[in-house]
Amino acid sequence: MKRLASIAFATAIALSLQGCSGWQSALDPKGPAASELAWLIWFFTGLCAVVWVLVMVALAMPLMMRSRQRAEPLVLDAGADNRKLRVVMTAVGLTAVILVGLTLVSFFANRTLAAIGSDVALTIRVTGHQWWWEVRYEDATPSRILTTANEIHIPAGEPVRLLLTSTDVIHSFWVPSLSGKLDLIPGHMNVLDIKADKPGVYRGQCAEFCGAQHANMGTFVIAEPRAKFDAWWNDQLQPAAAPMSDEAKAGENLFLKRPCVMCHKIGGTPAGGTVAPDLTHVASRQTLAAGTLTMSRGNLAAWIADPQGVKPGSHMPVVDLSGDELNAIVAYLEGLK
Amino acid sequence: MKPAVAMLLLAGLALAACQREERDTRPQSALGSGEQPTPVTALEPGGQRPSPTDNKAASFEANAFHLSEGKRLFGWFNCSGCHANGGGGMGPALMDEKWIYGSSMESIHATIRDGRPNGMPSFRDKIPDDQIWELAAFVRSLSGNAPSSAAPSRNDDMMAHPSENRMPDAATLGKSP
Ligand code: HEC
Ligand code: HEC
Ligand SMILES: [Cu+2]
Repeated sequence: MKRLASIAFATAIALSLQGCSGWQSALDPKGPAASELAWLIWFFTGLCAVVWVLVMVALAMPLMMRSRQRAEPLVLDAGADNRKLRVVMTAVGLTAVILVGLTLVSFFANRTLAAIGSDVALTIRVTGHQWWWEVRYEDATPSRILTTANEIHIPAGEPVRLLLTSTDVIHSFWVPSLSGKLDLIPGHMNVLDIKADKPGVYRGQCAEFCGAQHANMGTFVIAEPRAKFDAWWNDQLQPAAAPMSDEAKAGENLFLKRPCVMCHKIGGTPAGGTVAPDLTHVASRQTLAAGTLTMSRGNLAAWIADPQGVKPGSHMPVVDLSGDELNAIVAYLEGLK
Repeated sequence: MKPAVAMLLLAGLALAACQREERDTRPQSALGSGEQPTPVTALEPGGQRPSPTDNKAASFEANAFHLSEGKRLFGWFNCSGCHANGGGGMGPALMDEKWIYGSSMESIHATIRDGRPNGMPSFRDKIPDDQIWELAAFVRSLSGNAPSSAAPSRNDDMMAHPSENRMPDAATLGKSP
């Protein structure tokens, strides 16, 4: 019985280790910053584990060993006392060396982190909102400045500078596979340099409690080869695709006549709201509402029909729409690739 | 024995503090926007519009959640552009006790929904009805009509001086040491 239990326990632990890999894990690093941090945590854990085991052995030894009876307990034994003193002093000395050593190791790891951003070619402004991310690509040419939401595309293998701030409360940007976390603070700009070694999709999560939908404030860093990234940027700069069908055309009109236009922007149309995600290319994104739903026609309809059911408390209100109106708007948004 | 009972009673009483205000994120009243009486005339000098009291008027007014939502929307929908932060600009002040079109929730709701002739635009169809009620509740709270337990606080940027954590350090007068 006992054996069975311990086998089950070991299996459970092995299974839970599975959770340490994947697209959102500090223990499965995919960039230099995350690798440095992962190495640091393993080094600390390993060294501290060795020290812990040694201390436990030292504690256990006197308990296990039968103490020798001294013939004259009251007579001082200078030799034995000196030995003990030497053991204690050696241990104290080693502790000091280890503590200073760990400090140095973490200092040099920090220097490596700081060096990642020494030659950044791309600057992205990430603004936290309750409960989504506004992403703005900076460029010297104003017409190339691009605003999108929730997804951060970056060229793989190149360092990228993120300027982090917030408009409402404190959020925290954390993409564990790429780097440590850093807060987004209203009225203050934080700088985080990230780099992805290989193309891939890395999930991030707001890591500072920010209200009702904190848990549904995800983000995705999508690293692509440079050429693909440039093509993506050029595509995103285009105005929204014109509606192809009559239904989509009706949807565009409805979008512009209804409250949607007060909050959302669709490039190339009069919709110019700036307080909610830019929808110019909404259908090109992989998820809706900061990772809450995957992108699909059905989920678009579910979100627009009842955002407060999908993400209660989110800042998109329920807008009264008939079934036909909803279908038309979805047909329109679905075409905004 | 006695003190234990007293402690238990006290602890029971303290539980009352756990009661939180419900956040009704989709109130959807029986009186939707379409069922409100349409104004017969656009001109209503002075007096209050006689309109049926909506259940929302009462329930939104003393509710911290709806008031704070109204405050956020007041900024989002750029009411501030014409009314400043309630102090008045191109549009009249909203924090004084003078009301051109009546001070009741229903009148303010009607003002926002239908607009007013001397330059107040109509937001019918542009703001969902529940959010108009939230705005109306917030507008009324500007003149101190909302209970202080529910009324939203003043913005940091409207304080006479920056909040304490943004104040320059008195010892170094803002220069880093
Ligand atoms: C009061 C402002 C407001 C109005 C009005 C509004 N929205 Fe939104 N919308 C938001 C906010 C805020 C979000 C982000 C919600 C979140 O992720 O927490 C959002 C998210 C969305 C998204 C998902 C975007 C993404 O990339 O994840 C879609 C699609 C959308 N809205 C469509 C609409 C449509 C269609 C209408 C009109 C029927 C509308 N919205 C009306 C504020 C608004
Ligand atoms: C384009 C400028 C403009 C905008 C934007 C605007 N208002 Fe007004 N508002 C006015 C003007 C001008 C008046 C006075 C109308 C009159 O006297 O007929 C007014 C009147 C009002 C009144 C009636 C005040 C009274 O004394 O009875 C209220 C309430 C009000 N506005 C609220 C709002 C809210 C809430 C918003 C945002 C959703 C808003 N306004 C947006 C210009 C504006
Ligand atoms: Cu958060």
